[in-house]
Amino acid sequence: MDFLRPETLAEALALKAERPDAVPIAGGTDVMVELNFDHRRPPALLDLTRVPELQRWDEGLRIGAGVPYARIIAELGDRLPGLAMASRTVGSPQIRNRGTVGGNLGAASPAGDTHPVLLASDAVVEVASARGSRMIPATEFYLGVKRNALEQDELIVAVHLKPAAGPQQFSKVGTRNAMVIAVCSFAISLFPAEKRVGAAVGSAAPTPRRAREAEEFLASELDFSSPKPLLDSVKREFGELVSRAASPIDDVRGSAAYRKHALAVMARRTLGWAWQELIDGERACA
Amino acid sequence: MRVNLTVNGEQRQADDVWEGESLLYVLRERLGLPGSKNACEQGECGSCTVYLDDVPVCACLVAAGQAQDREVRTVEGLAEGDRLDPVQEAFVEAGAVQCGFCTPGLVVAAHDLLERVPQPSDPEIREALAGNLCRCTGYEKILDAVRLAAARR
Repeated sequence: MDFLRPETLAEALALKAERPDAVPIAGGTDVMVELNFDHRRPPALLDLTRVPELQRWDEGLRIGAGVPYARIIAELGDRLPGLAMASRTVGSPQIRNRGTVGGNLGAASPAGDTHPVLLASDAVVEVASARGSRMIPATEFYLGVKRNALEQDELIVAVHLKPAAGPQQFSKVGTRNAMVIAVCSFAISLFPAEKRVGAAVGSAAPTPRRAREAEEFLASELDFSSPKPLLDSVKREFGELVSRAASPIDDVRGSAAYRKHALAVMARRTLGWAWQELIDGERACA
Repeated sequence: MRVNLTVNGEQRQADDVWEGESLLYVLRERLGLPGSKNACEQGECGSCTVYLDDVPVCACLVAAGQAQDREVRTVEGLAEGDRLDPVQEAFVEAGAVQCGFCTPGLVVAAHDLLERVPQPSDPEIREALAGNLCRCTGYEKILDAVRLAAARR
């Protein structure tokens, strides 16, 4: 096995072009588990922790793929509350100190914690190769169970987000708070100025996915210009539509029926929290 | 491959390191520092917690090559000579050690917490130690130890 240690992004991309079989490693929280258990023996590891371009974010909210969850929570929680909430549910402090959104995207597990937020918040994934770079909307990034839109010679460079335009919420079901792979998860983003809603489910289909019908239903029901307490029937219908967007399976973490039920509950609750935040915000401004 | 790194303030060198090897293996098997424990090898238990450039991480999830030219501080590096670190002392006094396997990881995690938050609340202690499993104590004595160490600061 070779251990490749690029010190610039250009060098990393050149190495990946030369060695498309090299497995990128950043926080190691997925890759090292596979190596420790001998589930994988790649011909080369491509260590990305020394590439400075991947370790920083800028005011345009282009977040380097190697920025760990702990820094997202500490440094970006005010502008990206949804992403920070999801990041807080990742593993443990030790894992959040190392694990990265880039790694979440690279592994493309349907249960990855940040995926629903990225989908609900219109994230765009920047990938690059020696041939150039391209921008892939999160909605087009997840192709199947642990499969993403990356080509063999490409690396995930950054994720682009906009500062939250309104309330955002994230919810995840697991057996305890720490060290839990989601049984299922849900994210909602409100865009009051655009009178629009983003909603996405995690760990409840072969890929994380947006709940389009639920988004459209809610956008047509919500009165963004003068927010008032929501009717229970609206919350219920939203929950039903979110649940219907999922196509979960029975597995060791939970049954498909449970996941469907839990998604509806999480959708109702997170909508309630997000909407209340909007009402409270209006009151504070009045 | 060869890996050069600083461990507990000393420049160290490990030879014949397999490229897929973890920092934990290097510490325990190549550098003679068995304080960090090897249990789950998947970041679930926290018993291999060490500082990497002052940030607590699971050593089992750091590739050895990633530690090249970095600074590592293990549980062996907390005491000054024969004088235990106040966190270690508090663990002994509070009865927070039973079989002892989880102790090194918990001591490092608690040490980091008190460096960042000298007077943590109970929820802050619980959150900081959420990545460290103990199967003996039921955690109560461990919480006592962290409170004791904080009170003595």
